[in-house]
Amino acid sequence: MKRIKSMLAFALFMSVIVLSGCSNLTVLDPKGPVAEQQANLILFSIGLMLFIVVVVFVLFTVILVKYRERKSGPEYEPPEIEGNVFLEIVWTVIPIIILIALAIPTVKTIYALEEPPEATAHKEPVVIHATSVDWKWVFSYPEEDIETVNYIHIPEDRPILFKLASADSMGSFWIPSLGGQEYTMSGMMTELYLQADEPGEYRGRNSNFTGEGFTEQVFTVTAQTEEEYAEWVDEAQDAPELTQEKYNELMLKGHAEEMTFSSTHLQWVDHGMDAEYATRVRNGLPLDEYKEGNSHGSHGGHEGHDEHKDHKDDESHDSHEGHENHDEHSKSEDKGTHSESH
Amino acid sequence: MKWDEFFVTGDPLIYGADVSIALTLIGVIFVLTYFKKWKWLWTEWLTTVDHKKLGIMYVIAAVLMLFRGGVDALLMRAQLTVPDAGFLDSTHYNEIFTTHGTIMIIFMAMPFLIGLMNVVIPLQIGARDVAYPFLNAVSFWTFFMGAMLFNISFVIGGSPSAGWTSYVPLAGLELSPSVGQNYYLLGLQIAGIGTLLTGINFLVTILKMRAPGMTLMKMPIFTWSTLITCVIIIFAFPVLTVALALMTFDRLFGSHFFTLMDGGMPMLWANLFWIWGHPEVYIVILPAFGMFSEIISTFARKTIFGYKAMVYSMVVIAGLSFLVWVHHFFTMGAGGAVNSFFSITTMLIAVPTGVKIFNWLFTLYKGRIRFTSAMLWSLAFIPNFVIGGVTGVMLAMAAADYQYHNTYFLVAHFHYVLISGTVYACFAGLHFWYPKMFNHRLNEKLGKWTFWIFVAGFNLCFFPMYFLGLAGMPRRVYTYGAADGWMSLNVLATMGGILMGIGFLILVYNIYYSFRYSPRETTGDPWDGRTLEWSTAAPIPFYNFAHVPEVKGHDAYWIAKKEGTDKIKKPYKPIHMPSNSGVPIIMSTFFFISGFGMVFSWHWMSIAGLIGVLATMVMRSFDYDKGFYVSVEEIEKLEQTTK
Amino acid sequence: MDAVEHSPNTPLEYQTETGRLNILGFWIFLGAEIALFSTLFATYFVLDGRTAGGPVPADLFEVKGVLIETFLLLTSSFTCGLAIHYMRRHSLKGLVLWIGITLALGLSFLGFEIYEFIHYIHEGAALTTSAYWSAFFVLTGTHGAHVAMGIAWIALILIQLKQRGLTPDTSRKVFISSLYWHFLDVVWIFIFTAVYLLGMVM
Repeated sequence: MKRIKSMLAFALFMSVIVLSGCSNLTVLDPKGPVAEQQANLILFSIGLMLFIVVVVFVLFTVILVKYRERKSGPEYEPPEIEGNVFLEIVWTVIPIIILIALAIPTVKTIYALEEPPEATAHKEPVVIHATSVDWKWVFSYPEEDIETVNYIHIPEDRPILFKLASADSMGSFWIPSLGGQEYTMSGMMTELYLQADEPGEYRGRNSNFTGEGFTEQVFTVTAQTEEEYAEWVDEAQDAPELTQEKYNELMLKGHAEEMTFSSTHLQWVDHGMDAEYATRVRNGLPLDEYKEGNSHGSHGGHEGHDEHKDHKDDESHDSHEGHENHDEHSKSEDKGTHSESH
Repeated sequence: MKWDEFFVTGDPLIYGADVSIALTLIGVIFVLTYFKKWKWLWTEWLTTVDHKKLGIMYVIAAVLMLFRGGVDALLMRAQLTVPDAGFLDSTHYNEIFTTHGTIMIIFMAMPFLIGLMNVVIPLQIGARDVAYPFLNAVSFWTFFMGAMLFNISFVIGGSPSAGWTSYVPLAGLELSPSVGQNYYLLGLQIAGIGTLLTGINFLVTILKMRAPGMTLMKMPIFTWSTLITCVIIIFAFPVLTVALALMTFDRLFGSHFFTLMDGGMPMLWANLFWIWGHPEVYIVILPAFGMFSEIISTFARKTIFGYKAMVYSMVVIAGLSFLVWVHHFFTMGAGGAVNSFFSITTMLIAVPTGVKIFNWLFTLYKGRIRFTSAMLWSLAFIPNFVIGGVTGVMLAMAAADYQYHNTYFLVAHFHYVLISGTVYACFAGLHFWYPKMFNHRLNEKLGKWTFWIFVAGFNLCFFPMYFLGLAGMPRRVYTYGAADGWMSLNVLATMGGILMGIGFLILVYNIYYSFRYSPRETTGDPWDGRTLEWSTAAPIPFYNFAHVPEVKGHDAYWIAKKEGTDKIKKPYKPIHMPSNSGVPIIMSTFFFISGFGMVFSWHWMSIAGLIGVLATMVMRSFDYDKGFYVSVEEIEKLEQTTK
Repeated sequence: MDAVEHSPNTPLEYQTETGRLNILGFWIFLGAEIALFSTLFATYFVLDGRTAGGPVPADLFEVKGVLIETFLLLTSSFTCGLAIHYMRRHSLKGLVLWIGITLALGLSFLGFEIYEFIHYIHEGAALTTSAYWSAFFVLTGTHGAHVAMGIAWIALILIQLKQRGLTPDTSRKVFISSLYWHFLDVVWIFIFTAVYLLGMVM
């Protein structure tokens, strides 16, 4: 009896924790249709699984209480029961039925998540290239011709198509409030649809271990109304252009602040096709194969844990507005020549 | 290389460890010299080929590794208790979780189980030793040297820090230039040799050396689980061997298997690793299932319910274990068809596992349940493993896994299955078979203290982690912010971790206490056992059985006791036994030297070590020692002193 | 353990318990070797074509050398079989002769393979050149290392045959090493087809 009491006390204790913890269970508090589908699937599976847990726990407790030696006495000699085919078939078939009940929505959801959310499928998705670099995130909006570092803005109620790649180690792109994660890999491009249903600030991060600076490899997502988003795009397009020299600095290991540029790195490199770029930059290897024809050998000395502290053009980030005010990089260059290479 | 690059410096924790390692070594050497025990140590233990002694050495090594891995775990819990803690920096934290995972799986769980297999399997099938006693010693010593090589990274050269999965490109030379990763590769490689040999050895032992009458379907369940585990080892471990070798080539000789440059393919590593890694999970869980079956059956005083289903379910699990590896990276974007296939195969594993759970429950049904320490561990396994199992099914649902992956939900799940499966089994098995190893029982009262404190601590530590995962806490972060709101659950987890540590300490004290005060065994059958190991004398003679027993069912000894055929005396016959050999420990030492040389790319040293390995192999090839016969008089003399 | 419970027709190597156990154990070991080579083949196929702008196999592979290697190794497997045939007839002389020929063929195979490797390295295709060549050298190299180990091992057994003659122990060792040798032959057939023939065609 002492055993059962302590078990009950434990269960009570646990439920208190659960209730107190529920307030911030991000995954079960979805802010978009993708996360919502996943949350529904999770809740459905928790329900079925709780049923199994209850059945086993009840059986377990009843059997232990009923057949403990202290109750039956030391003279009781248990019958030898070899088995029972009927019972064994029952507890083979019922789990199979439960698994089928789980497998059908699982497969449906797996396929559904490969497409834009149904309700907004008619809308043109916003395409954002998300690239993980040790230990920062670089985002490119090819259509808007914007590049940001460590933050993005997205319009609400419109599917966002993230094209994921990595410049070096394998990361995982995850915005728990908006939906599940997907790996970023070098030389490979993966695609992920997400969507926000309401304006707000959401936190995104790399969830796949990438070494020393992994914990801080985070970014913010600002979901806005279409009008606000358009405003932000306009503003961002006034930011300075991204030079390859600047971009190569981002390729070095280390953290970075939020930045905004009015051109994208896709003009030089698509990390979804090219696994070598960041390694070449870090080791001062020639980048001749790439469009600009510059060898940037001067970066050879920047290996390791470069924190960008000493870079001359670092002083004027305005992280909230997302602007970087470099007068020398005015918008005089022709952006029309940018081409995407994928 | 400068000395301060060779020795790890700059951290008081590590200096403390240096001092304690040095003191322990000096203490051990002093005690051995003072009591003139060197010769005893060499002839009785270091050169032994006796499966029981090798088993004991495996278990001792595993308990030491459990301590090391446990300290790692507590350091991590200390760092994560409160937000923005400055106890460990990120590099240090990364090293600790890497060594924690690697040590617990490779150098704790497997050797613990293999140690118990070593002690029990030959006894359980009525054999006098394993098929290849010499090879068995090689297995132990390569495991031991591999483990030592991995562990010295702590003080010499620096620990690996790319996670126990060592995903590339992170673990490649470009992003992890320190020698730590080399320790991982070579330590695992050397220990892997031992595991593969164990697999072959025990497979042949079980297939060929069973007592007369023990057909396959009359083998005890633990023997069955070991047989199946061996098959998994034989097909899974070569994959690890190759994967480790390829990464070693990448790091030491400039090849391009997993590099970012020149066409390498990092994802190949993840695939190879998990093609080994998932079967590995079943290598450490199936023997645990086997042990629980034996213990539950013994202390319920009933034969196992649904013997055939228990066997077939393990066979099915073993087969499925090779078909699910992609579920470790559903988030790689492999497409709907691939993810759906691997979701379903993964879920299917729940079916045979569920069958086993219900069969255990119905073994208890109508039994006469005695709550010994071994039984308590086995009983606690059922509810805890069910929690781990159902959350495993939830993780198997790929679409949901996108949200669980890389979070504490996953951490909670695999600790629930590995601790309540494997670790509970190790503790249960240790209590259960302790009399066979040391000829006395562990103290029951202390055993129960260990049990309640550890199990409460375990649930307190890992249950909150499911919620941390759903709250978005990723695994392997070394700290978090106050705004994340993860603190209260982390505080609970740390409290649980401390309780588990206390439980472990009580267990260690129990080992000492029982050694001093526990009454010695007189019967060899302390629990009223059912299988053949309990028919052996106390203390158990080195040849195990004076007579090879006859077997009539899977509870062979139980049946014999019922029929009164367990005490029949026949005239003795001379018994053939293998000779001790110093070759295994010397060969493994050369492996160690070679591995150490490779870690630092000192090729003269690695080549010298390899030459030593080859030389010992040649020595062995020319060794025609055929063991010795124990004469009838000797047997008679020994048999009178026992039972 | 070494109970004599066999018919007069039982081959020497199967007459002792140790012999029977070791032969079974070695078959199982070959199972593990199959897993090992399968992994290497899988790696090779995954990395096939990833030459990173460097030399491609079709440019470097030459039919002649590979055919000679194949011929040497296949023949050595045949002579190894003959050796066992003589062992079964208790002819130490025939056994030693055919083992000697097997070793000679094995050595020439190794010689040609080393020559082939050196040739590739001269042409700019080494272990470090690209993922493809890494996989090529490690797959064929692992096989080559196995052959080298086999030659050294069989040479040691030859010495033991000279010292002790044909006993259940020495014949067990000969038989097990012959299993190993045939296995390497089978692996080579796969390498020949999957690496060289496909490499030349693709």
